[in-house]
Amino acid sequence: MTYQSQDDFGTPASRSDEMLSCVIDGRAVTVPAGTSIMRAAAEQGTSIPKLCATDSVKSFGSCRLCLVEIEGRKGTPASCTTPVEPGMVVHTQTPHLAKLRKGVMELYISDHPLDCLTCAANGDCELQDQAGAVGLRDVRYDVQSHHLGQAKDHSNPYFDFDPSKCITCSRCVRACDEVQGTLALTVEGRGWDSKISAGLASDNFLGSECVSCGACVQACPTATLVEKKIVEVGTPERSVITTCAYCGVGCTFRAEMRGEQMVRMVPHKDGKANRGHSCVKGRFAWGYAQHQERILKPMIRKSVSDPWVTVEWDEAFAYTVSELKRISEAYGKHALGGITSSRCTNEETFLVQKLVRAGFGNNNVDTCARVCHSPTGYGLKTTFGTSAGTQDFDSVEDCDVILIIGANPTDAHPVFASRMKRRLRGQDGRPGAKLIVIDPRRTDIVRSPHIEAQHHLALRPGTNVAVLTAMAHVIVTEALADEAFIKLRCDWDEYSHWAEFVSNARNSPEHLQPVTLVDAEELRAAARLYATGDNGAIYYGLGVTEHSQGSSTVMAIANLAMATGNIGRRGVGVNPLRGQNNVQGACDMGSFPHELSGYRHISDGDARRLFEADWGVPLDPEPGLRIPNMLDAAVDGVFKALYVQGEDILQSDPNTKHVSAGLAAMECVIVHDLFLNETANYAHIFLPGSTFLEKNGTFTNAERRIQPVRKVMTPLNGLEDWEVTQGLAQAMGLDWHYSHPSEIMDEIARLTPSFAGVSFNRLNETGSLQWPVTPDAPDGSPIMHVDGFVRGKGRFVVTDYVPTDEKTGPRFPLLLTTGRILSHYNVGAQTRRTENVAWHPEDLLEIHPVDAEDRGVKTGDWVKLASRAGETTLRATVTDRVAPGVVYTTFHHAVTQANVVTTDYSDWATNCPEYKVTAVQISASNGPTDWQEDYEALSERSRRIVAKVPAE
Amino acid sequence: MKIRISDDAVALACGADALADAFAAAGAEVERVSSWGMHWLEPLVDVNGMGYGAVSVDQVAAIIAGTATSFGRIEEHPFIARQTRLTFVRAGKTRPTSLDDYYANEGWCGLAKAREIGAEATIAAVLESGLRGRGGAGFPAGTKWKTVAGAAADQKYIVCNADEGDSATFADRMVMEGDPFMLIEGMAIAGFAVGASKGFAYIRSEYPHAIAKMETAIKLCAHLVAPFEIEVRVGAGAYVCGEETSLLNSLEGKRGEVRAKPPLPALEGLFGEPTVVNNVLTLAAVPWILTHGGQAYAAFGMGRSKGTMPVQLAGNVKHGGLFEIAFGITLGELVNDIGGGTESGRPVRCVQVGGPLGAYIPPALFDLPFDYEAFSTADALIGHGGITVFDNTVDMAQMARFAMEFCAIESCGKCTPCRLGSTRGMETLDQIIAGRNVEVNLALIADLSETMKFGSLCALGGFTPYPVMSAIKYFPEDFVVRERS
Repeated sequence: MTYQSQDDFGTPASRSDEMLSCVIDGRAVTVPAGTSIMRAAAEQGTSIPKLCATDSVKSFGSCRLCLVEIEGRKGTPASCTTPVEPGMVVHTQTPHLAKLRKGVMELYISDHPLDCLTCAANGDCELQDQAGAVGLRDVRYDVQSHHLGQAKDHSNPYFDFDPSKCITCSRCVRACDEVQGTLALTVEGRGWDSKISAGLASDNFLGSECVSCGACVQACPTATLVEKKIVEVGTPERSVITTCAYCGVGCTFRAEMRGEQMVRMVPHKDGKANRGHSCVKGRFAWGYAQHQERILKPMIRKSVSDPWVTVEWDEAFAYTVSELKRISEAYGKHALGGITSSRCTNEETFLVQKLVRAGFGNNNVDTCARVCHSPTGYGLKTTFGTSAGTQDFDSVEDCDVILIIGANPTDAHPVFASRMKRRLRGQDGRPGAKLIVIDPRRTDIVRSPHIEAQHHLALRPGTNVAVLTAMAHVIVTEALADEAFIKLRCDWDEYSHWAEFVSNARNSPEHLQPVTLVDAEELRAAARLYATGDNGAIYYGLGVTEHSQGSSTVMAIANLAMATGNIGRRGVGVNPLRGQNNVQGACDMGSFPHELSGYRHISDGDARRLFEADWGVPLDPEPGLRIPNMLDAAVDGVFKALYVQGEDILQSDPNTKHVSAGLAAMECVIVHDLFLNETANYAHIFLPGSTFLEKNGTFTNAERRIQPVRKVMTPLNGLEDWEVTQGLAQAMGLDWHYSHPSEIMDEIARLTPSFAGVSFNRLNETGSLQWPVTPDAPDGSPIMHVDGFVRGKGRFVVTDYVPTDEKTGPRFPLLLTTGRILSHYNVGAQTRRTENVAWHPEDLLEIHPVDAEDRGVKTGDWVKLASRAGETTLRATVTDRVAPGVVYTTFHHAVTQANVVTTDYSDWATNCPEYKVTAVQISASNGPTDWQEDYEALSERSRRIVAKVPAE
Repeated sequence: MKIRISDDAVALACGADALADAFAAAGAEVERVSSWGMHWLEPLVDVNGMGYGAVSVDQVAAIIAGTATSFGRIEEHPFIARQTRLTFVRAGKTRPTSLDDYYANEGWCGLAKAREIGAEATIAAVLESGLRGRGGAGFPAGTKWKTVAGAAADQKYIVCNADEGDSATFADRMVMEGDPFMLIEGMAIAGFAVGASKGFAYIRSEYPHAIAKMETAIKLCAHLVAPFEIEVRVGAGAYVCGEETSLLNSLEGKRGEVRAKPPLPALEGLFGEPTVVNNVLTLAAVPWILTHGGQAYAAFGMGRSKGTMPVQLAGNVKHGGLFEIAFGITLGELVNDIGGGTESGRPVRCVQVGGPLGAYIPPALFDLPFDYEAFSTADALIGHGGITVFDNTVDMAQMARFAMEFCAIESCGKCTPCRLGSTRGMETLDQIIAGRNVEVNLALIADLSETMKFGSLCALGGFTPYPVMSAIKYFPEDFVVRERS
């Protein structure tokens, strides 16, 4: 199939329900009211020449190519800015129009380089296309002035800006405004001197506010903004639709290839999660797949102080199995365990937990959701009956009040944040939604171009439950609760009990103010706003879950949503912003030690028997070890072998010293990953993994949306990840013979009621499906709990504020909270191996000016960050984004060793670590700590590789 | 002795301040009033209605002594006597920021009437008057007001377009400098009629005196127009911001780019709200209409051009100034009889009506009546009513080139025909002026003009062909190679 670019209807679709009819070129057309003539024609297959119109942004009316004639109207109006009206009769091609279009095109070409044949846009250029479409044959002007020969801007690592080719259509400016919401681009000067600029005249793209999302590159009709890879390689020859492997938004991309070479990733306009938008990571940062540090062959060693020895797959499997057998015989089968990856596919994750349950014979399997959204699983299961969010992303378009707590969407879920920003700015004549942000830091969404939160509650880290309970107090005592909804959908007695609890004076905003540090009036106003806005939606992230009361906070959120009737329709709901591309999927697949797929408890006899019948082995009915338990057990000497797929617990789990102690105590650590990550420093067996480009499967995003991942190139390491797990299983003697991941999904569907209707065929048909996909809901479930909660009645749970045990004091007077930045993804394993390091080459410690001054710290200084758990060194940046008493850093660079500092305190229900609250002290430093130096030496030693010397 | 001297900018430029000081020093009581609008007579000295024209400081003593010769009663001067001053009725007679003077001269009667008859009847009166937008588009003001009144919104606006950028125009400036309360009253009536609580006067930055007078006047009468509030906003030197949508963008703090229509500003204007955008003269005509009735206004004029037009005579003209007259008067009468022909004394070669984007009209067409439809049938436009007179030393090829140059300098840059076409037009006319490939290039200019006329997003690019093509049509001799003299 030859390469085809995506359809472009010129102007965005209308949201109206009213339909009307008109005649275009003699053919009757029926479209929603508000549709432009251009789009109505395009939907009928007539493409009116255009250059400044593209359907990702509103019409602009500047190129003047799309002129049409309308019977009964004077002149030649632009079809992009003219809406269809009932009975209108339009002609898109007449001799007069043809002459005008030639005239306009002649002007364009009179000021454009004529190097089509060597231009990067050759074959993919709308200016070329339109010059052909209007039939331009010569340019009669004797040109004196022009815009040719200008310097190019190569500063951005992924795309070039060549002003000489610019036709000043402003599509890039509009995309940066309307699609991304960053407004980094503008037109400088006016008239003939109009010039696209990334800010001031002195800014280039890299130095400007540009976040490198690529929307402008996608919107640009010429080679002015073009991917460097296109310049280097040429145009793609085919495209394959797949799903991004970075975050929980799960953007749909077209992987555009030439042979097995990736040319570019372009967002797919019909992607239900991203609707044609992307961020710097998914769009551009895929080069890690070819990075020199990628390990392509299996490696083994007897001791972690030995160098690695490269071997073939068969030997690796055999050695692994022999070690597992030895350990199982020596220490018992409970000494083995596995960690599934939240970044591998559903099918691969399912196989890992199957390997543990059917192969190892125990339930010692866990996943990274442990350290991020496990409280979501617990909290929403308890209150609603489902361990997942209630809406889809489209739902944000119908919000009236948005409450963000413990989330930083513009950095961590940027594509969704852009959609949220569109709603906050207002659209289609509707005023923008109101915004409440509960976060100790002034995150970007609090105040950004054209957006300002009505309320920013900058609470003290660790006091989420107090704030939410105080809000509940306001809602109940001021009679703002939706009693009709509660009576119908929830248990009234439980509600009354809860209402009595929150109404108590000690839960009032005033009484809790000394604890939360939130002004009582502000909190009351915020609570009223959420309760009285028509559609109120709550979006939350790890700032809610990574706390000792994480599960309580999730339940408090659910309480608020139920109390105000904000469940069961578009525009409302409880929306956990899941982090990883497939963490939702990993949880769904039964990666937890106490649950089988579909969140059925392992003690549930019926569920167990279903699996036992299909797998042909008995299953252990006792819940197994969670990751923190595995490490404790290892230190205690009873847990000895661990198979880790696609996760770096040494960099991402808290209290690094404890993690390394646990790993060091094990006898067989099997790391299945792309690179020699930190955990591999303590590994005995390394199995090289495959990237998302090199396998077939599915990912499930934060919307419960199951989306296809499609293979576009042969795995450089030789096997897809599911084939590696299968290889291990087969070497263990298990009778696995999957030939394609679709068979694995078929098994999942057989065994998991909420996945009953899912199959690769159906996914190919529909593009994606949101579970539950059952006979009752054969096309999936965008909104949940519409008529009733999954558990029946919604459950109100009393959440009393219990301060964390992690207390500040004279030695550790500051509170450290951690987070993420746009250009890097989590531990940075992938993004640090791409050009994204241009934006964030190191982790920085944010410290308030008052605290900095007290310590004599300036921006750029090295500081020691110390807690009761450990200490590390990094550079400081002084800013008032954090309140006095709070400091903040990211954890994207292994060298920072940020988790040396975090503690073992965790959520009472799920052991989700309390990353967000650590008592610390900051002091000036002149260099790395002893730990950092020792650790670096250990890493270097541990990463030596030698080729196996063939036996004589 | 009571002396009246104007403090209008033209009078100041002719030395009115020094003159006023001299009279005051000589013991006279000097009142600074608005200008009568007879520019060739400034600085005009008014002593009890008797006029002394173009007075210099050395004539002060004689005037005070009574020995100087006046040209007669100012009101009886033919230039004034032949006018029908409805809007400029107070010009020359009142102190611009004196509420007393305004009250004593029918001031605030229109607003009182509007409040008495109600919003709907007010709009009906404006509709009945046939008042059309005096900025140049000629759109019925009442229809625009009715649209805004009928739109549902929490906030609506009145925006007064005071970005008078056309050459040969000064009527808006004279209104703001000479009779600001009239404009404020007109805006307040509009606000009342359509339900707008806020008004903005967007005044070009090149009118510092008008800006100052308006700000003073607004403060003085705020209590009278309340709850309606007015703010002055100053432009920044862009002609294109006289186009209503570009003006709105500028008001909102954005680049002064033209917006596509639909949506109309009446429904989605300033900050997306329903907005009346009207020219100064349009709003200034409203108090008279409310005071005397729509029918009385419609009794003046001809065809669908009702009421009076404050014509501005300028350029190479003997009697330049403000001539308010009912529609219907011929161009020739304006230029030759009233204007007195050229200042230089040489024959009139042509006039340009409607600013730099207006057509050039030769004397052969001077029987054209001042009427929107008659002018447009002749491929010309009335615009804001400014007339620039040229004598027979004008080079029409250079004027055609200037039209393109003007468009290039002032282009907002959004649409292709204007942004690129104006520069290509300049270059092509340079070729013609240099005598290179004249026939071919004239054909190219004709094609370019068609592209700009039908393709441009707004009237800046859209009307540039008027001066260019009219110059070529009526003065072809200037476009062929001429002997170098």
